[in-house]
Amino acid sequence: MRPSIAQLVVRLLILGALTVILQVTAVSQIEIFGTNADLLPLVLAAVGLLAGSIAGACFGFFIGLFLDLALVQTIGVSSLVYVAVGYWCGRFRELRDPQSALVPLAVGGAATAAAMIGYSLMQFLLGVDGPVSFLLAREILATVLLNAIIATPVYAIVRWLLRPALPDDPRRRRRRAYTTGGLSPLSRA
Amino acid sequence: MYDKTVRRRRVVLGLLVASSLILLTAYFGESAGGGLHSVQRGVLDVISPIQEGASRALKPVRDLFGWTGDTLDAKGQLKDLRKENEALRQQNVTMQAQLRDDRQLRSQLKLNQTAGLADNAPVAARVIGEDPSLWFDQITIDKGSSAGVRTNQAVVTGQGLVGKVSFVWSSGATVTLITNHDMQVGATVSDTGVKGLLAVDDGHPTQLVLKSLSSQDVVKPGQTVVTSGTLSKVGRFPSPYPRNIPIGRVTSVDDPGQDDQQAHVRPFANLRRLDIVEVLTKADSS
Repeated sequence: MRPSIAQLVVRLLILGALTVILQVTAVSQIEIFGTNADLLPLVLAAVGLLAGSIAGACFGFFIGLFLDLALVQTIGVSSLVYVAVGYWCGRFRELRDPQSALVPLAVGGAATAAAMIGYSLMQFLLGVDGPVSFLLAREILATVLLNAIIATPVYAIVRWLLRPALPDDPRRRRRRAYTTGGLSPLSRA
Repeated sequence: MYDKTVRRRRVVLGLLVASSLILLTAYFGESAGGGLHSVQRGVLDVISPIQEGASRALKPVRDLFGWTGDTLDAKGQLKDLRKENEALRQQNVTMQAQLRDDRQLRSQLKLNQTAGLADNAPVAARVIGEDPSLWFDQITIDKGSSAGVRTNQAVVTGQGLVGKVSFVWSSGATVTLITNHDMQVGATVSDTGVKGLLAVDDGHPTQLVLKSLSSQDVVKPGQTVVTSGTLSKVGRFPSPYPRNIPIGRVTSVDDPGQDDQQAHVRPFANLRRLDIVEVLTKADSS
């Protein structure tokens, strides 16, 4: 493993562990506008946007696994959902290479919605009794809105943490995307 | 290079998804003492102290957000409670007014029965205007000539005499109170039959004084003064009021046993708080 990738992996592991612990011990217990923020999809979206699809998928698998272990849930459920979300966020960056300042907000909101809906679907598929209700839809919508509000600062923090370990400067992404045809930045490292 | 990268990405994704599905299936398939459950317990043993420490360390943050949320909730509740309080206050005011009206009507009915005022065709009227000055001597009522009200008719409340009608129009009337300086009422001390003229006490706009007493008349504090009911318009004690309407109670007597003795009388009716009165539209038949 090359030094830069190793450094990125270490940082992602630490970031993932801290995020799960922070979410479980504090953020889940803070009620804002009648709901709780969910940092995991936001951090996952930020990692996907910054590090690409493979890093996003791996990070999603790791935090999903850690979350299932920490909350004594069915192992694999969160991993499966977060792998898909992380991969999608990374591919979005690789294919579109969006530059707008609103991207973290939009992708964070979309990732939250996808994660929550995906997790709910998984629960239904696993036979958890619970009718699809207006309450559930309202809860998802409220969390998505709240997460969209805090998505930009979360993205800034994640970028600040990962920037030293990222393969190249994000400001050069556009040129790289042009020259590589939209491949993951890890592939160039 | 490109194919290799794409292939690697797909392989990684496939491996991760497959791993998740395998973990999921294995976790479902095994018993509570299975391998994955054991791993889960082991991981929990490791991370529980970390979680506990983090939970304690982050408690101030939770409390801060909790305090903020509680404050916002409390503000919302305060708004709702203020609205509710306002509605209840309005309701309370209305009910208190109704209660006061009820008390007055009951006392009025009682007076009608005890003083036999039912024969005087009483007409209930609401006070709609009051003299705001210190010399509180006039009120306006909402019943006028269309209700049978005429000038010089007696006006009473459940406590006693209030005054007489001084001006009438179709839908209202003005009542001059017994505390007006132009008013004089023929009055009798109820238990001794001593008669005199009742007028406002100079300098005390809420007090009355019983004058025109002789030196033989004995008047004592605590005695009740009622209307004398003299019908003659040229008599010594003219009274357009029916007999035996309570007016007030003697509070003190100046120069008792002298020719110029006079008794101070405090009216029974609270003339500053009149809501409902009765106009006696028919004089005594006797």
